Amino acid sequence: MKESFFYHALKIDEKRCFGCSRCMRNCPTEAIRVRGGKATIYENRCIDCGECYKVCPSGAVYVAQDDFASIYNFKTRVVLAPSIFFGQFSEKYNASLIHSVLTDIGFTHAIEVEASAYIHSQVTSDYISSHEEHKPLISTFCPAIVRLIQVKFPALVDNLVPIKAPVDFTANYIRKKLIDEGVPEEDIGIFYITPCAAKIAATKSPVGEDKSSVDGVLNMDTMYNMVYKQLKNQAKEYKTKLVANDVTSDCVVFSLTNGEKRLNNCKKSFAIDEIHNVIDFLDKVENDDIENLDFLELRACDQGCPGGILTCGNRFVINDRVMYRAKKLADRERSGETSRKKEITKMEDYLVKNSRVGKILPRSMMKLDEDISVAFQKLTKIREIEPKLPQIDCSVCGAPSCHALAEDIACDNASLLDCVFIQRNLENRNSMTAQESVDIIKNIWGEEKLDDYILNK
Amino acid sequence: MHFEYNIIESDFANAGKASSEIKKTMKQLNIDAQKIKRMVVAVYEAEVNAIAHAFGGTIFVDIDSEKICVLIKDSGPGIENIELAMQKGYSTASAKVREMGFGAGMGLPNIKNNVDDLDIKSEVGVGTEIKMVVNFI
Repeated sequence: MKESFFYHALKIDEKRCFGCSRCMRNCPTEAIRVRGGKATIYENRCIDCGECYKVCPSGAVYVAQDDFASIYNFKTRVVLAPSIFFGQFSEKYNASLIHSVLTDIGFTHAIEVEASAYIHSQVTSDYISSHEEHKPLISTFCPAIVRLIQVKFPALVDNLVPIKAPVDFTANYIRKKLIDEGVPEEDIGIFYITPCAAKIAATKSPVGEDKSSVDGVLNMDTMYNMVYKQLKNQAKEYKTKLVANDVTSDCVVFSLTNGEKRLNNCKKSFAIDEIHNVIDFLDKVENDDIENLDFLELRACDQGCPGGILTCGNRFVINDRVMYRAKKLADRERSGETSRKKEITKMEDYLVKNSRVGKILPRSMMKLDEDISVAFQKLTKIREIEPKLPQIDCSVCGAPSCHALAEDIACDNASLLDCVFIQRNLENRNSMTAQESVDIIKNIWGEEKLDDYILNK
Repeated sequence: MHFEYNIIESDFANAGKASSEIKKTMKQLNIDAQKIKRMVVAVYEAEVNAIAHAFGGTIFVDIDSEKICVLIKDSGPGIENIELAMQKGYSTASAKVREMGFGAGMGLPNIKNNVDDLDIKSEVGVGTEIKMVVNFI
């Protein structure tokens, strides 16, 4: 586990981490261990899903983002805001108003990410109907899911649809549009407001791509604060200078659960959200248990992107606001007040031509070793060790489960003596002193946790 | 490395435990994903066959660094004509079993397609032994 595969946006602030182990016990890929009283991440197991961020009680898990000031490295500064960003604000602040505020806090242009969702779904549908041999085809929209499949379900990597995300389509569109208007390419900076860590990781090390289509990523909570402050500081009414007219009613809901599925129009498809649900389902897909499946929309977060770790507000409320906006857009489309044909469709051919990503490769975290005979020796060792452990998954050894400890021992990342049951047993047989077992616990959980608090009180 | 699993007559609901465990083990050994899939599909088919036709049995799994061998031994009616059973679409499944979505007559042909070696021994009125091998190299 020394080799590092991915850039990770999720990091642990050692100053804040007090080694409570909640993250370790909630990580769906068992990527976290406690060592020296701090959480540490096995980087090639982490898929940036953000479960650790959600459960951390001390704010020690954080999401590294680009400095906002870096937008000023560019003369033309474009912000790509996903529709759920507008759903952060109550109905009295409409999308056009938020667009206007974005251009007042430093950006020269604002565009909604889902502008390209319709073109994206056309390309995806074409790919699905011409790749019967890899059914069910799996959406690559959620980067945490792409990574999950790479590390935990390597047999399914060929089922991933190798098409860029709507954010890349929209970034390509706006860059080309500005260049066509005469803006020098080096002056253009495109910044994406992200609802999650996985999107940052995907931007910093895109899977199957050399370079990302955006120049920087800003966290949604940071941007929410900036926009909200601007709205609150303004005396009385904030003037709307722009009309938000990038998206159609069916595209605005793209990042909500079922949004992509509805647009792709496949015969038999499922939309599944929340990482554990997805893992359960992929187990079945991998065994060919579910027949005649065409397409899977899989999302790591409950409710899709409204459940992202960097969103502000309740995911059901955000979901409802976006749905409400879609309904209002649909009414306006029906009455002819707004057209379903948006400016971006003029550039459809260009976007389609640049829509594919390179080959997505498996990066199994399950394998114990590249070399099968070494892997076999390790597996034999795991099977010897496991029955000796108490099977209560107490995590006192600093691993999330007895099985994980057995794996760590076989891979020389832990010792059988890390188990408190083994320690008691050895003490009982006078093969270990109390001091020795205290030292082991201090090594795992840090010095402070064994301070003599009874005497100190 | 050796594991065993019991097969209980007509317990379709619990089919697949052996194939899940086999899958996990093969992943840990860094076996090619397509080989894992082939073995898992074959074992699952054979297990469902035994659940459907026999009065219970046992799955024996043996893995070394070169191959995986799965032996499914049941006590049941046996297969009268193995050659016929190997033909696509041939089935003796009861209406009840077909209603549950099994018994399409693709079991044995599908197993044969997925494994490197297949050996079937059967005695009418006694039971059937199916041995399946997938080589790692």
